[in-house]
Amino acid sequence: MDIAAETKTETIVLKGRKVVGGRAEGEALVTTETISGWGGINERTGAIIERRHELKGVSFAGKILVFPGAKGSSGWSAYFHMTRLNGVQPAAMIFTRMTTKIALGAVVTRVPAVTDLDQDPLSVIETGDWVTVDADAGTVTVIKTKPA
Amino acid sequence: MKLSDCEKAMYDGEHGRAKARAMDLLVRYGEALGAERLVETNNVAGAFNASTPSVQPIARKGMEHVYSELNLDSDEVVEVPHMVAHTCQLITGIDNDNWELQGVDKSLLDMQRENEKFLGRRGVNMFATCTPYQVGNVPVKGEHCAWMESSAVIYCNSVLGARTNVEGKESTGAAALTGRIPYWGFHITENRRGTHLVELDIEVDEMMDWGLLGYYLGEVVGEDIPVVNGAARRPDLIKLKHFGAAAASSGGVEMYHIPGITPEANSIEEAFGGRKVEGIFRYGVAERRETYEKLQSATEKKVDFIMLGCPHNSIDQMSLVAHLLEGKRIHPDVALWVHTPRAIKQVAERNGYIDVIKEAGGVVMSDTCPAISRRLPSGTRVIATDSAKQAHYLPAITGVQGWFGSVRDCVNAALTGTWSGRA
Repeated sequence: MDIAAETKTETIVLKGRKVVGGRAEGEALVTTETISGWGGINERTGAIIERRHELKGVSFAGKILVFPGAKGSSGWSAYFHMTRLNGVQPAAMIFTRMTTKIALGAVVTRVPAVTDLDQDPLSVIETGDWVTVDADAGTVTVIKTKPA
Repeated sequence: MKLSDCEKAMYDGEHGRAKARAMDLLVRYGEALGAERLVETNNVAGAFNASTPSVQPIARKGMEHVYSELNLDSDEVVEVPHMVAHTCQLITGIDNDNWELQGVDKSLLDMQRENEKFLGRRGVNMFATCTPYQVGNVPVKGEHCAWMESSAVIYCNSVLGARTNVEGKESTGAAALTGRIPYWGFHITENRRGTHLVELDIEVDEMMDWGLLGYYLGEVVGEDIPVVNGAARRPDLIKLKHFGAAAASSGGVEMYHIPGITPEANSIEEAFGGRKVEGIFRYGVAERRETYEKLQSATEKKVDFIMLGCPHNSIDQMSLVAHLLEGKRIHPDVALWVHTPRAIKQVAERNGYIDVIKEAGGVVMSDTCPAISRRLPSGTRVIATDSAKQAHYLPAITGVQGWFGSVRDCVNAALTGTWSGRA
């Protein structure tokens, strides 16, 4: 079997602002589309359920969720709050657009969260990258493992 | 975040554990936002209700547990004192009268009723509607509010000129006990100005037209602030209620301006207030058609369930529905639920509208809606609704197929059992 496709590791560090403190690492799940809480996710599985969403059917449980931010109903925080009570919350949140929905949602989900990064996380980070969020330091470390 | 002496005292527990936990949440939330301080509010509209199976294990331990966990994000269970701010309950999950039709388990109804008693004594007014501005909570221009319910928030900011962000279950719970909310976003004058200009190339007049325009706007501006120019006819409460709900469903619009109509924009110039116009959109025949198509998720013409009244119907909408149903019977295979606030239902009863709707085979629901309750008549596969918001959410939440159209098209579908709506 040809294993010439050797892997090359690249590490990128982004710097931003703490939204909720703490440190977490995991596999990235990236979407360029905003997410609805109430009516957009299943709080028992962590899956996106919105009809025309690019992640429809995909669960963010345990993932580093990288997304532009929140949209839709004011039940956003309550539904992400329930994902925590049900143990299917994301491991961390990285987002680009601050709103009251995402701020309160991140606070009550009680996972590390950062925003205002010096590079666009939606273009730098790809689904599957290994990401470490150190929210207190305001850093996001991205390890890319791609075929050379 | 900077706290006043009074806020510090609450934070430090000098006014009891509940206020201390509420301040802790507000500080964590304010710092997450990057807010510099809190602002006083005496107008809170939140979701305090306990009406879903997921709340039951918490409610069994007592209603203090529900408030502490779900309304304050507090691991410590606190005794809940009387609210300090004027506070009302928004929409709930169960119609206290029509719960059996909804398929609600009696134990859930008992939980909601017990929770209402707990909240009522503490000053949470049981409006039980997504439209508090229809039943007595009409904030004045400039009033700082802490409201949930995206369709109510956009109405509060845009039509009434009062000031609120889209708050959540936890922040309204904390605001009701402290009379504070982060001073951020739409509380600040500069943040209320328009960002995008939307020129109307076609007449937007009927309620359905306003719903389509709203749904289009949410898709194109996301969370920005559109300034809508070119409305030939003045919209009323019914149309703006529907318009805002649609814009807050497809996108996250929390404020808009219609120069000459909404209170913070006498002109296009005032709507932008010197802010740079970030983009211009034109809304014409093609955009309207495309939006209409997007809202249709159904393929089967045979319908089972007609949902009217999202956001909850005004008395004039109840009058129209009664008029359209007068002397007729809905198709035996179809269920028709018409939703209105409990206070308006009383008026509709007095007017005889409820009798007309009932005689036609329809049901008048209050306190809830199918999207919030996730409850539809059993066996429902295909729905029709006059609400862009329900057409957006119900298929996602419950897996049904959805038709969207005018109230007339929906009533026709109720009578014939077949969808024949038109753009």
